Amino acid sequence: MNAEELQQLAAEARDERPQFDYEVNVCMGTGCLSQHSDRVKNALEKEAEISGRKCHVRRTGCMGLCAAGPMVLVEPAETRYGHVHEGDAQEIVASLGGDPVARLDPQLRGYFEGQKHVVLENSGHIDPEKIEEYIARDGYEALVKAVTEMSPGQVIEQIMKSGLRGRGGGGYPTGLKWDTVAKVKGAQKYVICNGDEGDPGAFMDRSVLESDPQRVIEGMAIAAYAIGAAKGYIYVRAEYPLAVQRLTVALQQARRRGLLGSGICETTFNFDIDIRLGAGAFVCGEETALIASIEGKRGTPRPRPPYPAVSGLWGAPTLINNVETFANVAPILRHGGEWFSSMGTARSKGTKVFALTGKIQRTGLVEVPMGMTLRQIIFGIGGGVPDGRKFKAVQTGGPSGGCLPEEHLDLSISYDALISAGSMMGSGGMIVMDDTSCMVSVARFFMEFCMTESCGKCVPCRAGTVQMYELLTRITKGVATHRDLDRLTDLCEVVGATSLCGLGQTAPNPVLSTLRYFRHEYLAHIDEKRCPAGVCEIGTGHPADSAEVTVAGEVHV
Amino acid sequence: MSAEANIRTLTIDEVDVSARADQTILEAAREHNIEIPTLCHLEGLSEVGACRLCLVQVKGARRLLPACVTRVEEGMEVTTHSPRIDRYRTMVLELFFAERNHVCSVCVANGNCELQTLALRLGMTHVEMPYQYPQLPVDASHPRFTVDHNRCVLCTRCVRVCGEIEGANTWGVMGRGAQSLVITDLKEPWGESETCTSCGKCVQVCPTGALFEKSRAGMRAQKHPEFLPYLRIMREGEQQ
Repeated sequence: MNAEELQQLAAEARDERPQFDYEVNVCMGTGCLSQHSDRVKNALEKEAEISGRKCHVRRTGCMGLCAAGPMVLVEPAETRYGHVHEGDAQEIVASLGGDPVARLDPQLRGYFEGQKHVVLENSGHIDPEKIEEYIARDGYEALVKAVTEMSPGQVIEQIMKSGLRGRGGGGYPTGLKWDTVAKVKGAQKYVICNGDEGDPGAFMDRSVLESDPQRVIEGMAIAAYAIGAAKGYIYVRAEYPLAVQRLTVALQQARRRGLLGSGICETTFNFDIDIRLGAGAFVCGEETALIASIEGKRGTPRPRPPYPAVSGLWGAPTLINNVETFANVAPILRHGGEWFSSMGTARSKGTKVFALTGKIQRTGLVEVPMGMTLRQIIFGIGGGVPDGRKFKAVQTGGPSGGCLPEEHLDLSISYDALISAGSMMGSGGMIVMDDTSCMVSVARFFMEFCMTESCGKCVPCRAGTVQMYELLTRITKGVATHRDLDRLTDLCEVVGATSLCGLGQTAPNPVLSTLRYFRHEYLAHIDEKRCPAGVCEIGTGHPADSAEVTVAGEVHV
Repeated sequence: MSAEANIRTLTIDEVDVSARADQTILEAAREHNIEIPTLCHLEGLSEVGACRLCLVQVKGARRLLPACVTRVEEGMEVTTHSPRIDRYRTMVLELFFAERNHVCSVCVANGNCELQTLALRLGMTHVEMPYQYPQLPVDASHPRFTVDHNRCVLCTRCVRVCGEIEGANTWGVMGRGAQSLVITDLKEPWGESETCTSCGKCVQVCPTGALFEKSRAGMRAQKHPEFLPYLRIMREGEQQ
């Protein structure tokens, strides 16, 4: 396919739209599907046919507000309905062109105002299994432009200018990474997309893959052109069956349209992508473990350097980026690096998708410009804490991140600000907690996660997380002493400083951040044998409760 | 490239040393009789950087670096011992002791155990962390050897020697985290393994009493991993 053919295809797809007066988009993401949005879609289609109106009912990906699922979006009026049932179909179709169905309009606008959609610009607007709809919204324009008009160096320059940083959590400058891989000599190079999203409460990558898979494929193809790779892999968790299915369809369609394969855009550029399924190990989100897993080996990390940019998949130079990072690439090339860097803060550019979950009114996906405050996201967009309870903390960054208290609510979100506050950006999970959450239990939950997800290769992570988990358990049982707290602090330091990979190095973070901001809760458990949030079942002071755990004696060897 | 260009000069513990560019900090240090503790490292096998005992401070580096896999660089300033590093090493050793059932007084390797020697050398007199006392199996199905998982430190020397030197690939690792175990074939009893050649190299390289020869204990259970570099050189010579 060349530029003219792409434009023609886009025009054809756009011409189809005026045939319909109305478009009714039904979310068919995992969240809404679990609420039977497929039945809603069938009912809407049936009603539209009966009514005889020119109405197109479309399957789309995630619309963001998962708490109000199943979601329906009516265009061109831009009316959003939440909690739609099959029985509502007739009313929705009848209302087309008139006033929205008041009964179904639960004031959803507040959620969408203040958001800025770049990664999610097509989510909820296109059918993820139709490449034509992606192309109609300027899809693949960036790839065709890159391959036919730009040199690889110029592509990298735009990414550098954009200031895009890795969206998987580390925040490494994407342009610099591309430039490094481009400069390393190698006959064979690889592009890998990391879709092994595993943080508890995070579902950004899943939504992007389910709602707009072509965007990720286009980003990977542009990256491949920039660094000189001919082969790519998308590593997705097997727990995301819908994302895998939509990716498979998307890859087939891209190949059929000549946007993947050999001689892309009638040039000498060849690139194709295979899917690899993760078998459920959190550690495989770590790049060297992920590469080992693709190679068919045990998914364990190895020491870096050498970095994958120099020696990655099968020893070849490898570019590995997160789903959301690749999803940002096409818009950057379409609008230019300056456009992207005009959004965000001094050192964190663009937008970021967050998965808002926990004790919050409106659970779902939000995409906001960097620099927005936590308060704006949680209380503005998310609607605050439900049931009149009091906000206590927000956990960001998954098991590698930390819990930030109320006094940090006015923190502007950026990679650096979050790290200096003792948490991190991570992949974008944001778990809100109210005064019914015990912070020691939260720390214990994340430590349990790290303990069970440790690969077992290096001893500080393998054995240190077990020891820390037991100490946290002692605290939640009310049998810990101040010596245990000191030991916990020591272990946090050792495990953080000596572990092999990021999983172990950041495993103490939830403990450290809760110790920093909620030390009084730890002390209440230890000194007063009391859980301030009333979560922990602290023993009644019966000798039998404490006997088994107080013998942390010293064993001579 | 000239021979001189391949030489790097650096300081280790304020001693000026020179090393080939392809050498690690550990190799350079040992050549100059500077001791860095190691457990998973063994001359003649590939490096995994798993035991974290050889972590050293390199000036300018954000984190401590494992000496066994970090290559020397020109002008590097390496510190192998400091109160902080020594404290970390002792705690890492304690983690090793506490995670399985390392009770020296009743162990076949008592007196010949690298873990025990390290504890003595690093001054780890006792373990403050609670022992985990996991209930782990012992496989004595092999006619000559036994594997006792209670004494395994998961250094994977057996896995590496079996794959890299013997070429049998009998040993592997299963499970994850604290549940990891070294296994023969697909967790078949060692005695029923179809790939094991009974060469005994795994036993010789095992740093603890996890792998041992039957009816040999104490002074008679001395291990001889020093054959490895020789074997490796001979094999590489044959291939050329």
